[in-house]
Amino acid sequence: MRITPEVVERVARLSRLELTAEEQATFAAQLSSILEYFARLDRLPTEGVEPTSHALRITNVFRPDHVTPSLPVEDVVGMAPQAQEGFVVVPRVLEAEE
Amino acid sequence: MRELVGRPYHELRPRLGKDFSVAELVEAYLQTLEALEPHVRAYLTVTAEEARQQARALDQRLAAGESLPPLAGMPVALKDNLCTRGVRTTCGSKILESFVPPYDATAVRRLQEAGAVVLGKTNLDEFAMGSSTENSGFFPTRNPWDLDCVPGGSSGGSAAAVAAGEALAALGSDTGGSIRQPASLCGVVGLKPTYGRVSRYGLVAFASSLDQIGPFALDVHDCALVLQAISGHDPQDSTSVDLPVPDFVAALEGGVRGVRVGLPTEFFGEGLQPEVRQAVLDAVRVLEGLGAQVEEVRLPTLEYALPTYYLIACAEASSNLARYDGVAYGYRSPRARDLYTLYSRTRAEGFGPEVKRRIMLGTFALSAGYYEGFYKKAQQVRTLVRRDFDRCFHEVDVLATPTSPVAGFRLGERTADPLQMYLADVYTIPVNLAGLPGISVPCGFAGGLPVGLQLVGRPFDEATLLRVAYAYQQATDWHRRRCPLQMG
Repeated sequence: MRITPEVVERVARLSRLELTAEEQATFAAQLSSILEYFARLDRLPTEGVEPTSHALRITNVFRPDHVTPSLPVEDVVGMAPQAQEGFVVVPRVLEAEE
Repeated sequence: MRELVGRPYHELRPRLGKDFSVAELVEAYLQTLEALEPHVRAYLTVTAEEARQQARALDQRLAAGESLPPLAGMPVALKDNLCTRGVRTTCGSKILESFVPPYDATAVRRLQEAGAVVLGKTNLDEFAMGSSTENSGFFPTRNPWDLDCVPGGSSGGSAAAVAAGEALAALGSDTGGSIRQPASLCGVVGLKPTYGRVSRYGLVAFASSLDQIGPFALDVHDCALVLQAISGHDPQDSTSVDLPVPDFVAALEGGVRGVRVGLPTEFFGEGLQPEVRQAVLDAVRVLEGLGAQVEEVRLPTLEYALPTYYLIACAEASSNLARYDGVAYGYRSPRARDLYTLYSRTRAEGFGPEVKRRIMLGTFALSAGYYEGFYKKAQQVRTLVRRDFDRCFHEVDVLATPTSPVAGFRLGERTADPLQMYLADVYTIPVNLAGLPGISVPCGFAGGLPVGLQLVGRPFDEATLLRVAYAYQQATDWHRRRCPLQMG
């Protein structure tokens, strides 16, 4: 399977990764050869086979709804690259109305 | 006190507090660490002062006549993707270079409650993605047996630390072989428990349906001791299973008479280094000599396991690593113009090439138009791999295979071709897909590098694996060999 630079660009956008032109070219070539190797899966018939999402034979796990202490807010917000008055600071999300 | 280094804990324990103190044991390891670290570079962070303090506290408890917990004074290393409260946890990534977790991973807490003394945090391939530790965002670790060779990966720092005498035991994580393969390459014991045996709480997530924490040790007995300490249900991880934990040390004795050992034909085919094949077959002959019944079994889906694994692991990683966006913790790009470039530039600057490649591969496999053909297909093949193992375990009790197709490789040898690096895990990967327990034990040498024998067992039957591996070590002495570097 050949991965075009356009596909790489689309996937990079979905992945929220800014790539240089050089990275785009490298990834296009590498992903193509990796997926070509992976295409051997097509030789194995899987019609009607249930997919496995994890190896355990458990489904839902429930616990009693007890309130337990959580981490102190200052410890958690203290990890943020930029914080102010107990809040995490990020660039503006919504444009201000004119 | 250098003579204390390189001896298994179960041999040292009866002498602790009589022939030497905890402080002396810990100091002997710290001295070895200091002497060899410039060559090996197993550690990202060393916590020597905390270790000395902890050792003194244990000695005081000893002096007060207290009985000490099972791993008291055991100098251990932790892979740097295990959260440690107050001690930075980088995951081998620039994006977490200055991340200091506000809590301990459950496995770390249990190990410390059992009395182990943490010497530091070990190097790894960034986010545990790799098979050589060359993908670390900081520096590569070297194999103590040959400094021009890789220690394997991704838990290469933990494996190298134990092999070099820079730690007596260590924790790693294994998503596709990241404990067993470096254990094989560094000539130590490494065990991946059954998925669900050890809590993953506080393990930085790579591929959540495959990740599992496990021990590195000098021999099977020490491995059982560490596994005992970290196993068991944890309400903080809903995939940790609420099953009783057997007494793994008591399970060591009993021998292998009548145990059925399966040799999967497909694991001895093309691509296997001849000396590795010979060492593994010799090991199987030893087991046979001890009374095990050896028979051939088939695992025809082996050739499909590698692509299946990489599709599933990358898909899960692309989702798990979405959290590194420069907002709540970790690195933030100073070049962000708006929210989108805050994400995309933080990730571009913070992640290394292999992590980017896997995020791209996983996002691709999950994206519209490719999901059915790649991700769902891989999940279906995962079912077939599981069925193959189920069938084998109707016929035999354990499987014996090589851990790695080659004894080792040189730094730089495989970095240019990602697919060649992926093939390093071809024998360990199927075990993760099926969630089974697996152990690697030293079984010989090829070209001066250690070779590992992999044993694979039924779900939650680590006890049988340990018993077979222990019987093998009682009859052989490969696990007593120490690298020339450590011998000085």
